[in-house]
Amino acid sequence: MRIILQRLGLGLITLLVVSIVIFVAVNMLPGDFAQVILGQGATEEASAAIRESLELDKSLTARYFSWLGKLLTLDLGTSFAQLNFASNMGGAGTVTVAEQIAPRLGNTLFLAGVTAAIAVPVSVMLGVLAALYRNTPFDRAVNIFSLTSISSPEFFLAYVLILLLAVLNPILQPLSNINSDMSFGEKLEKTLLPALTLTLVVMAHMMRMTRAAIINLLASPYIEMARLKGMSPMRVIVRHALPNALAPIINVIALNLAYLITGVVVVEVVFVYPGIGQLFVDSVKIRDIPVVQACCLIFAAAYILLNLTADILSILSNPRLRHPK
Amino acid sequence: MTTISRRGLLRTGAAAGVLAATGLPLRAQSRGGKLTAGLSGANTSDSWDSRTHSDLFMITCAQGAVFDSLTEVAADGSLVGELATDWEASADAKTWTFNLRQGVTFHNGKPFGADDVIESLQMHLGEESKSAAKPIVENIVEMTRTGDHQVQLTLNAGNADLPYLLSDYHILIFPAGQIEDAIANGIGTGLYQVRSFDPGVRMVATRYPDHYKGDAAGYFDEIEYIAINDNTARMNALLTGQVDAINRIDFKAENLLRANPNLRIQELTGNQHYIFPMLTDIAPFDDVNVRKALKYGINRQEMVDKILLGHGMIGNDSPIGPANQYYNAEMEQLAYDPDQARYWLQQSGLDSLNIDLSASSAAFEGAVDAAQLFQASASAAGININVIQEPADGYWSNVWLKKPFCASYWSGRATEDWMFSTAYEDGGPWNDSRWGRDDSERFQDLLIEARAELDSDRRREMYFEMQQILRDEGGVLVPMFANYVQGISNSIQSPETVGNLWQMDNARMAERWWRV
Repeated sequence: MRIILQRLGLGLITLLVVSIVIFVAVNMLPGDFAQVILGQGATEEASAAIRESLELDKSLTARYFSWLGKLLTLDLGTSFAQLNFASNMGGAGTVTVAEQIAPRLGNTLFLAGVTAAIAVPVSVMLGVLAALYRNTPFDRAVNIFSLTSISSPEFFLAYVLILLLAVLNPILQPLSNINSDMSFGEKLEKTLLPALTLTLVVMAHMMRMTRAAIINLLASPYIEMARLKGMSPMRVIVRHALPNALAPIINVIALNLAYLITGVVVVEVVFVYPGIGQLFVDSVKIRDIPVVQACCLIFAAAYILLNLTADILSILSNPRLRHPK
Repeated sequence: MTTISRRGLLRTGAAAGVLAATGLPLRAQSRGGKLTAGLSGANTSDSWDSRTHSDLFMITCAQGAVFDSLTEVAADGSLVGELATDWEASADAKTWTFNLRQGVTFHNGKPFGADDVIESLQMHLGEESKSAAKPIVENIVEMTRTGDHQVQLTLNAGNADLPYLLSDYHILIFPAGQIEDAIANGIGTGLYQVRSFDPGVRMVATRYPDHYKGDAAGYFDEIEYIAINDNTARMNALLTGQVDAINRIDFKAENLLRANPNLRIQELTGNQHYIFPMLTDIAPFDDVNVRKALKYGINRQEMVDKILLGHGMIGNDSPIGPANQYYNAEMEQLAYDPDQARYWLQQSGLDSLNIDLSASSAAFEGAVDAAQLFQASASAAGININVIQEPADGYWSNVWLKKPFCASYWSGRATEDWMFSTAYEDGGPWNDSRWGRDDSERFQDLLIEARAELDSDRRREMYFEMQQILRDEGGVLVPMFANYVQGISNSIQSPETVGNLWQMDNARMAERWWRV
C-alpha cells in the first residue's frame, strides 16, 4: 500500500514536470494563437486585440501559474479558440476544454479497448506457441511477420489493410468516422480496420516479450522437474513457465496500451477516426495551449497509471513479492 | 498533356467540368436521397460564426447549405438574388436599395425581414471585430430600414460591386435578436436544417420543408459532410463508395480515380493563383527593369506542367482569372525568354543579379519546387536566385509581407475591384508587393474610378487596362492559375455549368446537384 501511494505521489510530480515542459515547448514554437488564427489576414491591431483578450500579453510564468491554479480546482479551462469565439459573441455558448476532450477521449479509449481485446490475447498466444515451437519454421514465420509489421510505418500498414480489406475485398469500411448516434455494433464494425492496423503495430513487442520470457525460464530446474514428471510441453509452458513469466509480459502490455492511447494520431488521420490525437494535433497547430496542456496531462497520466497498474499486477502475480519477508 | 489555348479556356472556363462528364445522359433533376461528401479544410475550432470562416468545410456547411446571403453568384458567374429579390443604385453608386424576399422563415420559425439584414451586417463592425468581411462592411456608413422588406445602404464612396460583395461567404443572414443562439445551433434560412454538427468531424442536415427556393434547388432529403483532411483518406472514401463526392484530388493519384468507371473527375479553372510577390519599394525590386527581367526569366509553362501536373493555366502576372467578369484574355502572354530577361537586366544597368527567394509549402503545395524551377530558368539569364526554404509554421506572419521576395497564393475574388483593393491598392494591409502610387499613378486612379462606374463597357475598358499595367510593370509574378479538381460518384449528377469561383460548385453542391 505504501508503495502505491509513493508511486502516485511520484506520478503527480511527473505530471507537474510534464506540464512545465509542454508549456515552455509550445510557447517556443514560432507564431502564436493570434497569428495562426488570423493566418494570411493577420494585421498588427487584430493580433494585439486577440492577444489581449486571451491574456497572451502577460508573462510566461504568470500565465503558467494562473493555469496551474485553475487546474488545482480541477478546472481545465477553456480553449483559446472558444474564448476567441466567445469574445466575438459577447460571451455566450462556449465549450470548456473538458467538454471538448471528453467525447474524443471516449472514442480513443474505445479504439484502444477494441485493439487491446484483439492484440493482447493474440500476441500472448502467438508468443506461447512460438516458445513452444521455438526455432521451427512456425516460430520463424511468426517472428518475420510481426517484425515486418512493427518495422513498417503505421500509415503504410493502414493503406495496405485498406487496399486488402476495403478496396479489393470490400469486407470492412475504410472510414471510421464513428459518432455518438451509432449503436455499439456499428461502432465496432467501423473501428475494426484501425484496430487491426494498431494490432499489427503493437503485436510484435508483446509477442516477442512473451516468447523471450518463457524461453528464459525453460532452463530453470523446476521446468526440468516438470518435464521429468512426463508433462506435455504445452502444459509445462502454460502451467509452470507462463505464471512466472507474467511480470515482464504485463509490463510490456501496459506500455503498449499506453501507446494505444497516446500515439495513434497517424492512424486516426488515415481512418478519419475522431479521437483525441486529432484534437491534440489541431490544437498544437493553432497553438491552443489550454487544450494542448490538457491532452498532454491525459497522455502522461495514462502512462503513469498503466505503469502503476502493471507493477501492482506483477506484485500480485508473484507470491514472493506478495508476501515479502 | 493537352494544351488548351487561353481564349479557349475563357470560353469554356465555367463549363470545363462538363467535359469530364460528357457521355453521361443528362436527366432532369430529381428530388430525394442523401448526399455524403468528404471535404477537407475542417478544424476542431470550427463554428457557425461566419465571420471566422476561411476554409471549404465550413463554407459548404454554412453558405452552401444552412444559411443564405443577400445575393448569390450563380454557376455561370452571374449575380442573382438570394434573400434579396432585386436592388437599385443611385447614379453615383453610393446609395443602394435592396428589396428583400417575403414569406421567408428561419429554421426556428422566425420570419425574415429588414432587421435581420441590418443586424447581420452590423455583426462585422465594431473596433473589436475580427471579421474577415470587415473591410467590406465598414464602407457602409448608413443602414436604414425603409420597410419591412426593404433596406437602404449608403456607402462612403461609390461602389458598383456592392451586390457582388454581399455574396461573400462571411456575410450570412442571421436572425435578429437571436444571433448568439443562431451561431450556437446553426439557425439560418438555407435549404437544409442542421441535425447534428460536430466541429472538425461532421455535419448532418435535412431538407427544410417549404423552402422559398421550392423545387428549383436543394434536391437531397439529407446531406452529410464528413471532415476528411487527409488526401489519401478522402480518395479511399470515394473509391470505396463511402462518400459520393470529394474535393481536392491529389494529382498524383488522379489516374486511379479515372480508371474507376463509377466515378468522374470535375476540373475547373477559377481564380485561385500561385504567386511570387516582390516588395516594389525595396532594391532591386523598385526598378521596373529588374521586375521585367524576372517576368521573362520565369518559365510559366514548365511550372504548370511540373508543379500542377497540367492541372492549371499559365498566368500573365494579373490576379484576374477566368471566373471574373472582366478577365482580360487578350493580353499578349508573357513567355520564358532568357534573352529578353538579360536585355531588361542590362537596361537596369546590371550584368547579373543575386536575389533571395523565400518559399515554403505553406505558400502552396510545391512552392519550394517551383522556386527551384525558377532558380534554374532564371540562371540562364544571369539572374542568380538563392532559394531559402522557410518553415511552414509562422510563414504568414514572419515571411509573407516581410521578406522582399517570396512565394504565396490568392484564392481570388469574385470581382476585379475586390481583388485589386485587397492586394494592389496603395497602402492596403495585404498589398503584398507594396504596389502604390509611386509605381503607377494611373493604376490607382483607375481603381477608384472603376469602382464607382456603373457602365459595364467602361468598367471593362478600365479593368483591362489595369490588368495590362500589372502584366507589364507589376510587382507580383503570377506564373500559374491552379485548377479546382474534384471527384464525384456517377450516382450524383451535376448541372451542365458548374461554378468555378470556389471548390464544389461554389460550395453549393447541396443546392445544385442531385441523385440519379
